[in-house]
Amino acid sequence: MQPMPATATSVQTEVAPAPALIRARGLSKVYATATSGEVVALKNLDFEIYDGEFVSVVGQSGCGKSTLLKVLAGLLPYTAGSVELNGRVLRGPTSETAVVFQSPVLLPWRTVLDNVLLPIEFRKLPMASYRRSASDLLEMVGLRDFAQRYPFELSGGMQQRAAIVRALVQDPRLLLMDEPFGALDAMTREQMNLELLRIWRQSRKTVVFITHSIAEAIFLSDRVIAMTARPGSIAEIINIDLPRPRELSVINTDRFGRYAARLRSLLEAQGGLF
Amino acid sequence: MTIQAIDITRVDTSAAASLPVRPNIFRRYPQLTVSPAILVVLLAGWWLATNVLGAPAYVIPRPQEVFQALVQGLSRAPWDKAGYWYHSGVTLWEALLGFAIGSALGAMLGLALSHWPIAGKSWYPYIVGFQSLPKVALAPLMVVWFGFGLEGKVFITAIITFFPVLVNTMAGYQAVEPERIELARSCNASEWHLLTKIIMPSCLPFLFAGLGVASVLSILGAVVGEFVGARAGLGMLLMQFNQSMEIAPLFAIILLLGVIGFLMNYAVGLVERRYCFWAQRAGASARI
Repeated sequence: MQPMPATATSVQTEVAPAPALIRARGLSKVYATATSGEVVALKNLDFEIYDGEFVSVVGQSGCGKSTLLKVLAGLLPYTAGSVELNGRVLRGPTSETAVVFQSPVLLPWRTVLDNVLLPIEFRKLPMASYRRSASDLLEMVGLRDFAQRYPFELSGGMQQRAAIVRALVQDPRLLLMDEPFGALDAMTREQMNLELLRIWRQSRKTVVFITHSIAEAIFLSDRVIAMTARPGSIAEIINIDLPRPRELSVINTDRFGRYAARLRSLLEAQGGLF
Repeated sequence: MTIQAIDITRVDTSAAASLPVRPNIFRRYPQLTVSPAILVVLLAGWWLATNVLGAPAYVIPRPQEVFQALVQGLSRAPWDKAGYWYHSGVTLWEALLGFAIGSALGAMLGLALSHWPIAGKSWYPYIVGFQSLPKVALAPLMVVWFGFGLEGKVFITAIITFFPVLVNTMAGYQAVEPERIELARSCNASEWHLLTKIIMPSCLPFLFAGLGVASVLSILGAVVGEFVGARAGLGMLLMQFNQSMEIAPLFAIILLLGVIGFLMNYAVGLVERRYCFWAQRAGASARI
């Protein structure tokens, strides 16, 4: 609504060169499969992700987006190159990173609050000191009245919001999101995008967001990494210079359209989007 | 205006589908209305076959005779060895003990064999081999090993109930959503937490499916154990009445066994609803 100068976002990165939270050099991942030998999922990725940034990764199905996310989460070992998280070589899951998966992955036998506190239990952190922040976060996403309900009593959008709260409750620096809204209907998805931007603005996390929706990537991000088809490598990294805070109406602007056209042509050069 | 419009559409659809507007009691509560009706029809058929069509009493006893035998057997005191309560208690105790031991071992071993794949794969052929063995064939051996007492019946019941629980637990372990495990790993969960907070609860719907099967089989185990040699129990009574050609009390015992099996299964269902309430509603596949 309130138009901000187009330079508002770039100021963050230009004033002081923010330290890279993630630094990947020559990152590659090769799967050994039983049937088709070796499959190269990621090939020679070089990129940085800076503190507080919102970066999306777009690409065709099967281009290795999800593999990249799992590597960054420390869930999958990479086979060549290097990844540094906060200056340290990445060797498995850390407490600085939290993951939001494609499906909410809420445990059906636990209430929403107990689901949200699950990472605290796993990390053996003092439960009492996190109860408060869990309630506050649930309040922030409008789930306060559902804290004692079970996941099956919630809609799909509400479940995914609970999953986001579960990721935030550990207060990570880096939030990795793997197509978190892919299963939601278009209307809910737009709402969730707006809400995610609000959460991001309030919590100042660094977000890596995997999606196959070009519009979603542009709408949310400071930068968009476009991936090539398999073997997945970086086709181009595009700076999204749109004012923040963003409203849905930004989708109808010319600049948004040009970014979308640019990304679409990049992905179509890989043999079509779908 | 709007209310009128809604009324019109409702009348239209119900007329088109030619359904009664009020929900009918047979549709809503078939287990309270249709099920008893089926029982009445079956009893009537039985009565007709024996009393009117004259089926011989040594083949099928008359329903009133079976009912009489049942009342007579159940009117005795629970400690009276001539009554049914005492023998029911013996059989139920054997079945419960065997069920508890067999299913506890089945669940624990199923979990262990799944969690350590090397152990699981090396034991698998033996498990399959032993499972294809008709376990009741072991019953005569029980008399040799344990004599006529409780132990042999508990042993055979434990073996019979062990396998469905083992197999279902292993299936449950296989069916744990990989995302749940990834979630735990992304939070640096310990192996113990992964097992107790993710895998074991995820297996519960499968475990209960196995327990349901095992609860019914446990009565079979106890009765077969009693067939081959026992001093008490409904299975022993069955053999006695069979030898003396007392068909009516024989039928009464069979009915009792059915009731006990049903109640065991029902009890498992109650526990399942208490501890696994989330499975049916979350759409997890509870029955396989």
